[in-house]
Amino acid sequence: MSDPKLTAVGHDEVGAGGVTGTHDEEAGARQNSLWSDAWRQLRRNVLFWIGAVLGLLFVGMALLPAVFARGVDPRSCNLSNSNAKPSAEHWFGFDQQGCDYLANVVYGARNSLIIGLLAVIVILVLGVLVGAISGFYGGVTDSILSRIADIFYALPLILGALVVLRSGILGRGVVAVAIALALFGWMTAMRLVRSQVIAIKSSDYVAAARAMGASDARILVRHILPNAVAPVLVYATITIGILIAAEATLTFLGVGLQPPAISWGLQIDTGQSLLRTAPHAVLFPSLILTLTVMAFVLMGDALRDALDPKQRS
Amino acid sequence: MGRYIARRLLLTIPVMLGASFLIFALVYALPGDPIRALGGDRPLAPAVVAQLTEEFNLNDPLWLQYVKYVGDLLQGDFGTDFRGREVLDTITQRMPVTVRLALVAIAFEIVIGIVAGVMAGIRKNGFFDNVVLVSTTLIVSIPILVLAFIAQFTFGLQLGLFPIAGVNDGWYSFLLPGLVLAAGSLAYVARLTRTSIAENMRADYVRTARAKGLPRRDVIVRHTLRNSLIPVVTFIGADIGTLMGGAIVTETVFNLPGIGRAVFDAVRAQEGAVVVGIVTLLVFVFIFFNLVVDVLYAVLDPRIRYE
Amino acid sequence: MSTASTSLPSGPAPRGAGAPVLEVDDLRVQFRTDSGLVNAVNGVSYTVSERETLAILGESGSGKSVSAQAIMGILDSPPAEITSGRIVFEGRDLLTLPEEEQRKVRGPGISMIFQDALSSLNPVYSVGFQIGEMFRAHRGTSRKEAKQKAVELMDRVRIPAAKQRVDDYPHQFSGGMRQRVMIAMALALDPRILIADEPTTALDVTVQAQVMDLLKDLQRDTGMGLILITHDLGVVNEVADNVAVMYAGRIVERGTVDEVFGNPAHPYTDGLMRSIPQVEVKGGRLQPIGGQPPNLAAIPSGCPFNPRCPRRRTGAEAATGRDCVTDVPPLRLVVPGREAACHYSEEVFGA
Repeated sequence: MSDPKLTAVGHDEVGAGGVTGTHDEEAGARQNSLWSDAWRQLRRNVLFWIGAVLGLLFVGMALLPAVFARGVDPRSCNLSNSNAKPSAEHWFGFDQQGCDYLANVVYGARNSLIIGLLAVIVILVLGVLVGAISGFYGGVTDSILSRIADIFYALPLILGALVVLRSGILGRGVVAVAIALALFGWMTAMRLVRSQVIAIKSSDYVAAARAMGASDARILVRHILPNAVAPVLVYATITIGILIAAEATLTFLGVGLQPPAISWGLQIDTGQSLLRTAPHAVLFPSLILTLTVMAFVLMGDALRDALDPKQRS
Repeated sequence: MGRYIARRLLLTIPVMLGASFLIFALVYALPGDPIRALGGDRPLAPAVVAQLTEEFNLNDPLWLQYVKYVGDLLQGDFGTDFRGREVLDTITQRMPVTVRLALVAIAFEIVIGIVAGVMAGIRKNGFFDNVVLVSTTLIVSIPILVLAFIAQFTFGLQLGLFPIAGVNDGWYSFLLPGLVLAAGSLAYVARLTRTSIAENMRADYVRTARAKGLPRRDVIVRHTLRNSLIPVVTFIGADIGTLMGGAIVTETVFNLPGIGRAVFDAVRAQEGAVVVGIVTLLVFVFIFFNLVVDVLYAVLDPRIRYE
Repeated sequence: MSTASTSLPSGPAPRGAGAPVLEVDDLRVQFRTDSGLVNAVNGVSYTVSERETLAILGESGSGKSVSAQAIMGILDSPPAEITSGRIVFEGRDLLTLPEEEQRKVRGPGISMIFQDALSSLNPVYSVGFQIGEMFRAHRGTSRKEAKQKAVELMDRVRIPAAKQRVDDYPHQFSGGMRQRVMIAMALALDPRILIADEPTTALDVTVQAQVMDLLKDLQRDTGMGLILITHDLGVVNEVADNVAVMYAGRIVERGTVDEVFGNPAHPYTDGLMRSIPQVEVKGGRLQPIGGQPPNLAAIPSGCPFNPRCPRRRTGAEAATGRDCVTDVPPLRLVVPGREAACHYSEEVFGA
């Protein structure tokens, strides 16, 4: 509802500056200043740096687990150490099987990262594709695609993924979990892209490009999609975190990854029954899982603040 | 308005059908034979298998099974599970638990979320604002699974303040799970309120209200809060539906015999009729509250009129 | 340095006006922003009397709206801060009054209408409610009676079918009617001073004239002083008695409208006059003022207008103490009834 006002203000400023340059240049320059402004803004944001450092640690754990596990093999276990408390030698203690818990938690990062990235990529591909088609062509196409999105939207993420994974259609394992999550998580990206496309489609510079004979594809790729990048990027960053949490939840519920895979969800599931005697079994995977999710939430929040000029005063 | 609601209701029909068919297809397209699985190690007599297969229409093509299912559903017949128990009985027995849980969660959202958001928004960038900003980021980052364990461990085991499982203490049993279930939405409500208020504080009509010489209380309550809470109220309304469907983890961890727990158990046991029945109900609840919110929006904001 | 008259807040004798009601003296307003200190108002002084219409003319960023909001006490602080000055209304300096006393002046004492009536009215309340609020907040009138008064006021500002429309919402009115609602609200408690901040800028030309006529009529009935903030030379010419031209947060010229417009004494005013189309000299070319409006975070030294001034004198060509690049020209009497802030006003005047 505040949009008309904002547009009016923006319009005034553009009018005062006069129309100079071609439309491509204008759009390009606006994008450039958006990103350089955003980066300047990001650099000063402490929360962004906390998120970035946490994120790097997480990626590091996923890529080079041996380094972070201090060279300990997660599968070399000794039952006599079962559920031993953390010590100077074994920072996270031992799990029920007597395996070094630090190594196990560290090795859990890789599956989380793979599932988070894979699911978000599928979500983006689906969301951008369906959203762009829906917004650009409108009419019946839009109605049908939007109703389909509504159908998926009405099913909660965890519940939907739970049913799909249990049905066994996708099989088991990392790819199955990622696709199940993406299947019930693409709608927000689609709506985001769709609304951006609709908003920009009717803008003056797209009308100008069309008047100069640009094709649909060119208008979409050159003028419309670049404008959707900012909100989609923000959404994708936060969503990776949410997907990683969702994977742990599904695994905890018994339909995600299965042993002998190493996963935080499995560790939390096993630790659950030991809450009274060995709380560290739940604590450490939970802590690392939370910090990982937080890394993406912090980065996404900071990105949103930096990329949304409306927030600036 | 009446016509708008009627049209919206019509539009929800394909969404309802689509969502329940999606689940129906996923559940009944399963490889494997649920009836044989029912017998476990002891194989069932062929006659029994044939009778059950007939009863559950398992020989029909999928779409016909679905049509028959919807036909029964429209007469209030949710079918029976493989043990012969009415699905509707399960639902009516489990529903009150989930409704109570959702009500407690909504109460937390309203009380804590809005109050925190208002206090943060009125003094943007002040101390309290930063506290709210940091704590909501923290809450949003903690997966509900982890949050449930934190709550159980600290408030239940360490402090001994709340029961950590079951529903034996009436409403009191629902406080901890309700808070856990509400946490994410609560943080969102606080942020939404904060942003909305901070934005409205700069609105021209608030400047007018001050230029009119209204007392500060009127400027804030009447001309800032009233406008700012419109999106918050609508979010909370829609969230009722979301919470009911999102209670699976909370009900599982806190061992609450609600609808979420029931659907989870049914998914694991491949009890198709129960899964489809409950999911269809949850979809209906979700869509219903979204519709309510749309209508509410028009009531709260006179600029919106549905033709 | 300066002549005695510059320190006096009172300008030239207002034409056909009564006793002074509002005196603004050396008002200064700063904004603290991320990109530094912005000096929005830099020592503005004027008086407004009963029945007088004072136009404050200037381009956007000249400080005209900010000074008006400072008078109303509705500047957001932070970032805005009134660093010095007095705002004397009916003998009391508003800036030294407690907040609660200041509030009581807003509405019955000084009232304000804004440029964009759509965004300045609260979308979720009926116009009747918003007009009635004035009575309820300041006089404790009952809700019912306040609504009755709102209908009367809507009649008075000539909104047709006021009784039926009192429960309508702002978005249901046309632009001109909305501005009338604003006016009704502002005039509810018979203020002594009405500040109109670009009241007609957002309106169609025909509607503009109706709204200005209405304001003039209401002023005649109530005897209020009117401060008309605008960048529209035409509106000033038609309705104002006196005009103060602002540039870079300062008043650069002041006098009666006829005299200032007929014979500017400041190069900026002169430039404004030359930049508007005139019916009489059809075919002649317009002469826009060159250069950019000043950046208020970095106002040029000396005369703020010097980078754009065609008559700028600096170095050897300037008289001692009157170098446009280094010496700030004070607002001084040029001829009786006329003040200007230019070292070389006499050359502009009558040129």
